[in-house]
Amino acid sequence: MKLSEVKEILKATVLVGDDRLVMQVNNAAASDLMSDLLSNYQEGSLLLTGMTNVQVIHTSLIAGITAIVFVRGKEPSSEVIALAEEHGIPILKSSFNMFSSCGMLFSSGLKNIR
Amino acid sequence: MKKEYEIKARDFVRAGKAAIGVQNILKSIGFEQDIIRRVSICAYESEMNVVMHGADGSLLLGVENKEIVLEVRDSGEGIEDIELALKEGYSTASEEHRDMGFGAGMGLPNMKKHSNVFEISSQKGNGTYLRMVFWVNGNRE
Ligand SMILES: Nc1ncnc2c1ncn2[C@@H]1O[C@H](COP(=O)(O)OP(=O)(O)OP(=O)(O)O)[C@@H](O)[C@H]1O
Ligand SMILES: [Mg+2]
Repeated sequence: MKLSEVKEILKATVLVGDDRLVMQVNNAAASDLMSDLLSNYQEGSLLLTGMTNVQVIHTSLIAGITAIVFVRGKEPSSEVIALAEEHGIPILKSSFNMFSSCGMLFSSGLKNIR
Repeated sequence: MKKEYEIKARDFVRAGKAAIGVQNILKSIGFEQDIIRRVSICAYESEMNVVMHGADGSLLLGVENKEIVLEVRDSGEGIEDIELALKEGYSTASEEHRDMGFGAGMGLPNMKKHSNVFEISSQKGNGTYLRMVFWVNGNRE
């Protein structure tokens, strides 16, 4: 699924990576627990999370997550935005909650990794 | 080659930089994605543990032909019951750590799972030492 489709489905705002919405995400993961994400690789995945701190960006880099959606309208700090920009990780923000966001993406064909 | 990173306890802004440094080095050497992912995850989990649970410490990356080695040490209060600490879900993380997305009690189990050799030694009051080995191309020597 293209990021532009994710944006449309979740009625999301693009905080980082407006020029990279053609990027393809293969799978998705949803968690607020960093170590949960690190128990498997998330190569090329989209992350849905309610966490908006710098560790989410670091964890994404380590786990191979290529784009992030902050659910429930959570606004990250400018520090987090700058870090995502530095590492080329697109960030979207949706006002839907985690459950609805996952449900909508899942029924549109985006699946979890393996 | 060897490369040492300093880890500062409680510094949550810098936390993760050593692991990202490790990942960049392994990428630039040209290792396969699978081993880069595994080493990076272990570096990150161990770095975060020093930041959250330990005291100032270090992470040493060693790259050889047949293996990649991570050695992580800190001079913190150590782990009283290592067997318990290795259990999935066991965590003494504080409320502050949980608010940041840590404290699942999965860090040490993840390190064990993603490394080929996993050694831990720790004593109450005497810090913690971790050594993890990753075989390059499935080499077992
Ligand atoms: N370097 C360390 N110094 C002291 N205690 C440690 C250290 N590393 C781990 N521990 C202890 O072992 C427990 C389990 O560690 P583990 O990494 O598995 O989980 P966690 O750090 O609590 O949560 P997570 O890693 O899932 O965010 C910790 O909660 C802590 O009590
Ligand atoms: Mg941990």
